[in-house]
Amino acid sequence: MNLYDIVFYFFAFVTLASAGVVVFSRNIIYSAFALLFTFFGVAGIYVLLNADFIAVSQILIYVGGILVLMLFGVMLTNKVIDVEMKTGTLQTLPASVLVALIAGALCGIFYVTDWKIVRGVSAPATTTNSLGEMFMTTYSLPFEVASIVLLVALLGAAMIARKDRLPQIKNQK
Amino acid sequence: MEILISLIKIVIVLFVLLTSVAYIVLLERRVAAAIQNRIGPNRVGWQGLLQPLADVVKLVMKEDIVPRQANKFIHDLAPIISIGVALATFAVIPFGNRIALFGHDIKLQIADVNIGILYILALTSLGVYGVTLSGWSSNSKYSLLGGMRSSAQMISYELAMGLSLIGVIMIAGSLRLDTIVEAQVAWRWNILLQPIGFITFVVSSFAETNRLPFDLPEAEPELVGGYHTEYSGLKFGLFFLAEYANMVTASAIITTVYLGGWQVPFVHSLGLSDVSVSIIQVLGFCFKVGMLIMFFIIIRWTLPRFRYDQLMNIGWKVMLPLAIANLLATGLVILLKWV
Amino acid sequence: MSGIPLNYFVFLSAILFTIGVVGVLTRRNAIIVFMCIELMLNSVNLSLVAFSAFHGNTRGQILVFFVMAVAAAEAAVGLAIIIALFRNKQTVNIDEINIMKW
Repeated sequence: MNLYDIVFYFFAFVTLASAGVVVFSRNIIYSAFALLFTFFGVAGIYVLLNADFIAVSQILIYVGGILVLMLFGVMLTNKVIDVEMKTGTLQTLPASVLVALIAGALCGIFYVTDWKIVRGVSAPATTTNSLGEMFMTTYSLPFEVASIVLLVALLGAAMIARKDRLPQIKNQK
Repeated sequence: MEILISLIKIVIVLFVLLTSVAYIVLLERRVAAAIQNRIGPNRVGWQGLLQPLADVVKLVMKEDIVPRQANKFIHDLAPIISIGVALATFAVIPFGNRIALFGHDIKLQIADVNIGILYILALTSLGVYGVTLSGWSSNSKYSLLGGMRSSAQMISYELAMGLSLIGVIMIAGSLRLDTIVEAQVAWRWNILLQPIGFITFVVSSFAETNRLPFDLPEAEPELVGGYHTEYSGLKFGLFFLAEYANMVTASAIITTVYLGGWQVPFVHSLGLSDVSVSIIQVLGFCFKVGMLIMFFIIIRWTLPRFRYDQLMNIGWKVMLPLAIANLLATGLVILLKWV
Repeated sequence: MSGIPLNYFVFLSAILFTIGVVGVLTRRNAIIVFMCIELMLNSVNLSLVAFSAFHGNTRGQILVFFVMAVAAAEAAVGLAIIIALFRNKQTVNIDEINIMKW
């Protein structure tokens, strides 16, 4: 058991344990906080897989962007004074049956499948260059489409979340 | 041996950083006093030079008060996140070129990460957690308002910050901070090549470090201290330290990215030995950072605070379009090979 | 690469995905459901990166970026919807938002 293995098991444990806290914690802030550790654990595994650029993007986008938005949402949708933000569960029995089925199917398929692995390939030390080139050449159309998706999402979010100002103006008149 | 050298570098950088933070606090108080026609702290030691020490002793001796309804765990954790992020950013900043000492060729940078700029952006985006979580966990409306303001403000200004950095990345052709500094040899400083990017980056740095005129998360007159209203003693001290450490880190990043880092023009033409050139370069880096810190301090005591809607308008309607226009112009110039 | 085989990464991703499914199916709070969706997206990213590394091919990582872009878009719109819901109904519990249910 060398260092690489120990680091893998450490990050895998962090990821799974904190994911468990996200799902089973009664306090929504603890859920959000555990999600932070899940994202970090996944980023650590990316580093182990030589995907440094993805790992930093994971922290930049998920931890720095999406999770802050979620914390923002938590704070906006709960009573401010109430620190105990408890939320319940529902439909536990049918859900657990379904989950057992999904887990069994996934693990069974993964176990049976003979994955094709290119042996002896060492991943490049840094992926930034090749990723950038691929985005600008082979995958430039999907790249542009993704940017349009983001722009539309930005506009849509602003439209949905803002208060409708028209009725207020009418009332003032 | 490599590990030992790294450890020594870490200890030296941490020591210099924390000491300078203590004295920047004193400098700020003296400059503020001079601007307001007062004298400022000058009693402890010669010209108040021992004042930081007295402050630290006072903060450590104070009682640590936690509000009864607060979430103790997160309340304790928030200042640690703040200070940790502020100090960790310094790991990738090159504060000098290589130096040959005692037969070892030492690189004057703690960690040479090949995606250094992204690392910096990722860590600054983590800084918001310290403020937001402290604001929430204190269970006080002032703190919560401060925390909410800070998360909105930091997310908004991160965009302009990242976009203004892309121009620099395009010029240097690398995400590695070392390469970016080396690309700014002689007078090819990025402040001259990217003046608009420099302005947007500096303004965003002010917002990211919560300094006036963007200190809405604390805003003493309206929020009585904002996110650290409910903190006292050592934990308040950590927030205080983090604020100034952030200022130093921001100045160091601006220096590295826009002011040529450790590059000192004409130093090679003086005919000095390699070691003394390296030392002059480190001193040059410190000088540039010091000037920027002075700039931060003077701005704080001359400009009034923005209103919240003004802050959002500047972020989204001025800084972001400026940064994007700068990006387009840079791309055009590089494409047509005008430089 | 060292001793950890590809299977371990894939199983890790499968377990993470299952945990996400549990959350989506059982939790009442819309924001937690949302977090669990992010967990599932992350598990997919994890397997993509693992396959990409074991094939010596960076194409899998390209797809990860598109997943991240979609996740960011989803987070923005989803939270906007949650906030709009909260403004109208003062709750984010998905079993109480049943006005469209017949």
